Formats: sequence, C-alpha cells, structure tokens
Amino acid sequence: MMSNCKAFIKKACRDVGKDPARLIDLLHAVQNAFRCVNEEAIDQIACELQIPRVQVDGAVTFYSFFSKEPKGRIIIRLCNDIIDKLHGVEEVGQALTEELGIEFGQTTEDGAFSLEWTPCIGMSDQAPSALVNEAVVTRLTPESARQMIRTLRGHMDPHQLATQLGDGNNASPLVHSMVRNNIREPGPIVFGPVNRGEAIRKSLGMTPAEVIRVLKTARLRGRGGAGFPCGMKWEFTRASEGDRKFIICNADEGEPGTFKDRVLLTEFADRIFAGMTIGGYAIGAQEGLLYLRAEYAYLKPHLEDVLAKRRADGWLGQNIHGKQGFHFDIRIQLGAGAYVCGEETSLITSAEGLRGDPKNRPPYPAQKGYLGYPTVVNNCETLCCVTRIMEEGAATFSEHGTEHSYGTKLLSISGDCSRPGVYEVDFGVTLREVLQMAGSNDPKAVQIGGPSGQMVGEDQFDRKICFDDLATGGSVMVFGGTRNILEIVHAFMEFFVDESCGYCTPCRVGNVLLKEGIERLLDGRGEPNDLEQFRKIGGMMKSCSRCGLGQTSWRPVITSLDHFPSVYESLVREDPDGFRRSFDLKEAVALSEDITGRKSIHA
Amino acid sequence: MSQTYTIHIDGVAIQALPGQKLIEAADAAGIYIPRLCHKRGLEPFGACRLCTVLVNGRPGTACTTPVADGMVVENDIESLREFRKQIIEMLFVEGNHFCMFCEMSGNCELQAMAYRFGITAPRYPYIWPHREIDASHPDILIDRNRCILCGRCVRASRDIDGKHVYDFVGRGAHKQIAVNAAARLADTNADVTDEALNVCPVGALLKKRTAFQVPIGRRLYDLKPIGSEIESDGSTRID
Repeated sequence: MMSNCKAFIKKACRDVGKDPARLIDLLHAVQNAFRCVNEEAIDQIACELQIPRVQVDGAVTFYSFFSKEPKGRIIIRLCNDIIDKLHGVEEVGQALTEELGIEFGQTTEDGAFSLEWTPCIGMSDQAPSALVNEAVVTRLTPESARQMIRTLRGHMDPHQLATQLGDGNNASPLVHSMVRNNIREPGPIVFGPVNRGEAIRKSLGMTPAEVIRVLKTARLRGRGGAGFPCGMKWEFTRASEGDRKFIICNADEGEPGTFKDRVLLTEFADRIFAGMTIGGYAIGAQEGLLYLRAEYAYLKPHLEDVLAKRRADGWLGQNIHGKQGFHFDIRIQLGAGAYVCGEETSLITSAEGLRGDPKNRPPYPAQKGYLGYPTVVNNCETLCCVTRIMEEGAATFSEHGTEHSYGTKLLSISGDCSRPGVYEVDFGVTLREVLQMAGSNDPKAVQIGGPSGQMVGEDQFDRKICFDDLATGGSVMVFGGTRNILEIVHAFMEFFVDESCGYCTPCRVGNVLLKEGIERLLDGRGEPNDLEQFRKIGGMMKSCSRCGLGQTSWRPVITSLDHFPSVYESLVREDPDGFRRSFDLKEAVALSEDITGRKSIHA
Repeated sequence: MSQTYTIHIDGVAIQALPGQKLIEAADAAGIYIPRLCHKRGLEPFGACRLCTVLVNGRPGTACTTPVADGMVVENDIESLREFRKQIIEMLFVEGNHFCMFCEMSGNCELQAMAYRFGITAPRYPYIWPHREIDASHPDILIDRNRCILCGRCVRASRDIDGKHVYDFVGRGAHKQIAVNAAARLADTNADVTDEALNVCPVGALLKKRTAFQVPIGRRLYDLKPIGSEIESDGSTRID
C-alpha cells in the first residue's frame, strides 16, 4: 500500500480514539478516501484498533456502502425500489449503462464512475431517484440521466447537480439539494408550530418520573411500526442500573416506500433533538446518538449545524438550561447501507462498530443495550411527539386518534397517485379516505406498512389505520389497476433476500425459497403444492425467525395470497403426467451436454 | 441453600436453577430439545432456531431464554416438530451436503437430526450454491459446502482457544465462514489441537488424515438417535 494510505488510516484511527466501536465511521473515511477498503487497509485497521482482522472483514462485507474492490470516484446508486420501477427506472438504468458504457455493478475503466442498484433511498415520492455519491437526484428520466452523466464528466462534482433546489431547508447551503419535502397534509401534532425550548423547559420543571407519567397519560406508542408504549420503555430504562445510559434516535428508515423521517430530519431536527434531550433527562442518560442511514448522509452537515446551534443556545451540553447536574449531548452515527439495522438491536450492534446482526433478547436494550448499557431506541416521529406532548400536555395529544392509538400518524404515500408525499392524519382514518387525499383514482392494491406490512385490495379499503387494525410505520404504496401483483411481490422478496443479515436459518433460507417460488409461478412452472408450501414457510418464519425482519418478510407473499387468491390460482396447475413442473430437464442436463458435446434425446 | 425454580415442559415438572438457560434445565432433566448451533460450554447463539419452543405460549429459543419460576414450556408438539423439520430441510438445501461421500456420516449432527425427524428427502428445491474449500493448512480442511453457519467454531476459537481464527463475512445468503487472514487458513495461527476443531456439528471443519478411523456402523449416531444421550440421563425431574 502507498505510504500516504498508511498515514491516512493511522490518522483516521487516531481521530476516533482507536475505539473499535467507531469502526463504521472509520470504514466510511477509508472508503471515501481510497474508494475501497482493501485487504491491506483491513489489516492495518485491525492492527491499529487491536481487533481481529476477520472482524473488520466481517463489517466491510456486511454493509453495502463498503467495498473491497475499488469503486469509481463517483458512485451512482440508482434506486430499484418497486415504486421507482413503476416510474420507469429500468429505462433510466438502460440510459445510464449506454451513456457510461458499463453494466450495473461495474466501474468505468478510467475509474470515474461506478453504477449500482440500491434499495429504497427514501425518495419514493419523487421517483425515479438516485444517489450520486451523497447527493440525491430525483425525478430522473432517461434523457435527464444522460444529461447528468455529461454534466458530471465536466465538473465531476455531484454537489453541483442540484441546479433547482427543493423547498424549505433543502435549499439551505448546508443541504443544497433538489429533494422536495412534499408535505401534503400538515397535521397539528408533528407538523404544528412549536415554541422552541418550551418542551424542555417544562420537562426540566418536573421530576423525571413526572415526565414519564405525562407520556404514559398521553399513551404515546412507538411510531416505527411495533407500537411499544414509549413511557413504559423509558420507565424500564430509567429503572435499570448502569454507569452510563443512552438514548438513540432511529433515523434509519429503510422500509421501502417510507420517507417521512427524511422530512422530519430536514425540517424538524430541533424537535427530534429536543425529544432526545427530554428522554435523556427522563431515563438519566447523558449521551444520545442519532443513527442516520447512509442514504441520508446529505443531511448530516445540516444536522450537525442544528446540534451546534443547540449547544450554543444551552440546549445541549453541561447543566442544560440552568438545570444543575443535567448534562446531555448528541452524536450522529452514520449507518452504511443495511436495512436490517432499522431493527433496534441490529441498530445498536451496528452503532457498536460490528456487523449489523440483531441481538438475542432477553436482555432487552432497556437492560443491556449500546455497549452493554441501558438504552432507549426511539423513532424520529415518536421523539417529535414527545416534544409536542411535553409542550402542550397529554390532553391535547389524546384529542386525536382512537382509543388504543392516540395522536396522529405520518404516512409516506407513493405509487399510483397524483399527490405522493407526507400526510399527517389522525389515527382511525380509513384507507379509503387516505387514498382519496392522495389522489388515487384506480387503486387495485395497497401495500401498507412497507413490504413487511400487508398487501390489501379494494374490499379492505374501509379498514382503519391504527395499531389494532391496519398498523403501519408509515409506508403506503399504491398500485393501480394495470399493475402485476406477482411482480410487486417478487420485487419485495428480492429486497428481503438482499437485506436478510443471514444470522438465522428461517430468514436466510426462507426468503430465498419464497422468492424462487414466486419466480416459478412467474415462469409458468407453478404447482398447487407451491401455494401450500408458501404458507408453511411463512408460518415457520413468523414463529422461528430471530428478529422482526424474518418474522414479517413472508408477508408480501401470504397477504397477497390471502387477498388476491385468483392471481395465484391462475398461475398454478398440476402436470398431466404427474411430473414436477418445476423440474426443467433441459436446464438440468445443459452442463453435461456441454461437457460431453452430445445432445440429450429427452431434453 | 440455593433457590430453585419449578418449570413445566410438556406437562413434566422439572427443577431449574436461576441463571440457567432453558435448554440447560431441560438437559439436566433428561428432556431433549433439538439443537444444532447450541453446544454445552459455548456462549448461546440463537442462530439455527431448531430449539424454538413455546414459552408461556410465545415462541422463543431454549438456548437463549433464561429460566423463570413457573414457566410453562411446550417442546415436543406437532407444530414445533413441523417447524424443526422445515429448518433441517432448509439447512440441507442451502448447502451442498452429500452424506454418502462424507467422512462425517454417522457422526454428523445435521444428518442425525434428519434421521431423528424421519426426513428422507427435503421438500424444497436445492439451491446449489458455489462454496469455497480451504485446504491450505497442513492439518485442517475447511469445506464450506457443508457449513451450516452455526458459529460454533467462531465461539470456540474466540472464547476457549483465545484466538479468533474464524468469523463470519458477507450478508444474507452470501454469509460464510472466514478466517483471520486475507485468504488462507494456513496464514492464521490455527492449530490441529484447537478446541474449535472439535465442535463442528457437520463436516465443514475437519482434521486431515483422521477420516474413517472409526468405521461406518460404529459411529456416534449409527445405533442410537441424536438426543438419546440426554434423554437417558435426567435427574432433576420432580415426580
């Protein structure tokens, strides 16, 4: 390795205090500087941090944003989410391959460009979209994609691609992005006006136990999808013994079709950080982490700036707002491209500088979380609700929603509708009302809660969005009358195969078997027995998988099978001769035909 | 006198000690809960999911669940037997397992587990992955075709041998066992006397020149099913 590489890595390791828990930051630094983390870099990092090199190797190969092979100076990651596919991303991809003269997964010979597919980057409301290094490019067409490459060849600076800036903070110098917020229905709780500092002031006037009681009175439940009562989570963590405690904001929204946290991070970061600070006070934590998905790295300078201002104003740091003995600060931890890290224990493992595998539970994070200390993990939206509740009291919050789902919910609506974007609605709204708001004329199917949620048809549209009916972390993908249900399901299963961490058998293998089963149906080789197998595999994955990913990733198949049975039944049939239709004799003998140079008389 | 808990597994009352994992308490009582990634003496891992039981009605792995007084556990019931069969079949189709040529045949826990559950052939199509072999070390062979990603060697090498020779790289279906060197096992400090070599449940980590020292027919699971060693040796049942 060149000696400047060695010096760089040595300094980068020193910059993070040679702390193995900061490995992800370190790998980002090396990847950005040298466009790869090669074997020599792995050796040196392991040596500097005094950890086994295979542990570094394990992390490098776990995350999509790291590579051992050198990448181009500009990496174009085109989002191949189903919503982007509906909006013509295949044609955009074709244009990019032609313009660059490389296929996806390749790098141009001059080392200038790499072209990759990537799962949802949180821009489904402005698809097709791509990440160009950290910069986001939205609403791509084949022509604008070609133009983008020509422009980049000129200045090689992705930051300059945004000529028309988005609204709000997207246009600020620190974000400088063409991303649009698309806030379509600003509700009163999350999007309503706040009096900056008021929520913290009021909280610090109470005891920590009183703060928790307010949240329990408001019956605030987690907004990430699982719906665990926030006050109870804080109470458990408060009660746990620990020399240190942590509050982590989960800003790793990776569920395809969700992008509401992007808007919160862009426009309402202050509320998120206020919620974290209140949480720190309530549970007795002095340290907070915001785990930011790597796809949102373009927001990091802005978020750092918000934190700096809060420090300057005395809302972070020592003796916050004059409260003697209450010290609290927040660090931003960048992810590196792994959907599973949205699962709270995987997120913690990843923030510790390891492969993002989920942890065994018990112990729960409230007992033993980040670095082994009691930890709370809350969603961005939940923390915004905390700030609102502490400012205005529990009563205002619980005026909204239903009996078991108080408050409002942010929905990210995308797909076949005229007004894609973020909607703040009262819990209890029906799906039909939501679809009307979003301007969806001809919905055939709606995927609610993302791929790990459920696919429902017209007969389910009067169901309510709330925790005990149609529960959702926020993703609502609308599919119009002409869309092919099975192709949508297949896209979701491809996603889960790519994003399973591989730790446990049911998820590692089950997703592959379901995906291949859907492929057999699409190829016209499906058998009635396949449908029964899907249900058996799904049932086992639900009960036996280690974390929420595998416990729910079978749902695209099974919920679409439940609600659109005729789609599946039309694609399966028994072989008249009793043979397995899935067995392709021609394919099976192809290799031996090739080797022997003879043709089978049967195939 | 130390405190003991009483727990029920499939209606049988057994004693358990605070701090024990459910699988340990069951073992001590002579109740076998099938497992592949778990091994006595190694840190609980929770990867194969074969030991999934119902604890007070909710699924959980016996190898990672701490015992609690009054716990009601369902283990040998039809729904869980079916799940376990599926998991075993999945492990067979995701790798390249050729029992008839494998020197571990008869000593292999995966094969023995399939026999215990009466599996003659998996229902699922084979995935036929391409997996690498590492024969670089003079005394040790890694055959990833037969690896079931149980992590036993990872834990034994790290926690017992104090070496950390093995760990996982890659993600999802591409996850595989790797060694603590850029490419080859020969470049690590692995040794044939390492405990890591004694814990592999299948034929993925092998000592060279030891195959067939015990003839087929006289191997561990040739005469008695896997688990019978635990079922014949329980002492903490409450009558």
